[in-house]
Amino acid sequence: MAGEHEQHPLFLPLVFVGGLIFGFGLGFSHMAQPEVVLNFLQLEDLGLLFVMFGAAVVTGITFFGIKQFRTKAPLTNAAYGRRLKTLDRNVVLGGGVFGVGWGLSGICPGAAYASLGVGNVVILYGIAGMFVGAYLQGYWRSSRAESGTPASAAD
Amino acid sequence: MTALGIGIGTLSLVPALTAELFPNGIEHYAIGGLLVGLGVAVIYLGTAIPAGASTFLESTLSYASTLSRFQQYRPSRDWRVVFTLGIVIGAAIYALTFQSGLVSSGLHQSATTGELRDVGGLTIWLTEVQPWRLFLGGVLIGIGTRLGKGCTSGHGVCGVGSASRASFVGVATFLLVAIGVAQLVAALGVSP
Repeated sequence: MAGEHEQHPLFLPLVFVGGLIFGFGLGFSHMAQPEVVLNFLQLEDLGLLFVMFGAAVVTGITFFGIKQFRTKAPLTNAAYGRRLKTLDRNVVLGGGVFGVGWGLSGICPGAAYASLGVGNVVILYGIAGMFVGAYLQGYWRSSRAESGTPASAAD
Repeated sequence: MTALGIGIGTLSLVPALTAELFPNGIEHYAIGGLLVGLGVAVIYLGTAIPAGASTFLESTLSYASTLSRFQQYRPSRDWRVVFTLGIVIGAAIYALTFQSGLVSSGLHQSATTGELRDVGGLTIWLTEVQPWRLFLGGVLIGIGTRLGKGCTSGHGVCGVGSASRASFVGVATFLLVAIGVAQLVAALGVSP
């Protein structure tokens, strides 16, 4: 992602405002409450479908719509593109591990940050766990890359 | 006559089924979802960056660790901290307004889970889900989202919005696995 560290004076303020709207939405939707997510996963209240797919509809229209009007973003001069990742076995393996964690706890990264914002200090256990997990996989994959095993071209 | 009877019977099933599937209504879910999408859209329109929430975990570790896995995110680590702070503060604004009753709307739904506690005029919300579930789940989420190239926002919102095959597969995988695990944990009597 060339150019994302170019510091237009409005770059960080815009990212902050986007984060504010995102976090407010997670609070308003109750997705910041692990219990609500667990109720959804236990198929007792399917309302959470409207959060995820409602959000995806808005981004879908934005991602595809903006290209009709502009090719490059005003603050970074980067070309508008889709978020595409290589489909490999890591997507399924990682998705499976994430699914176990999500089903056990009812939290995911964005919702956990928002949960802290609504006052749920207990979520710090979950956020600490996420950093531990991210560190473990990074340590493991960095040492594999250095020992000569071809690193997967992830992210 | 019978066909008409079945037809009317089916029609009256619709509200009953809706109440069964969505016992807390859908308005606050839909509005919250639109706002989540809008937050991503605002950042994307200005910067062309489809922002996800889980890369923050690794990019922030680059401040403390020299491992190559984390250092690769150096160029984006500052704005990811700002994005995450925005999410926390945005949710805090929700807590200050709707959650605390300062602002009300028929479209807003008060919390039906966890515990609402008054702290000097501000209403905070606390989960009752046990800390070990949050921590162990968190560890698996940290591993899984980074290995799997995305989380609920990266794959679920930005990737699905991009009609990305990898994201469709990722979302289907973590959604189905999570449903199975949540059912299993509940069946084992772990609550909350």
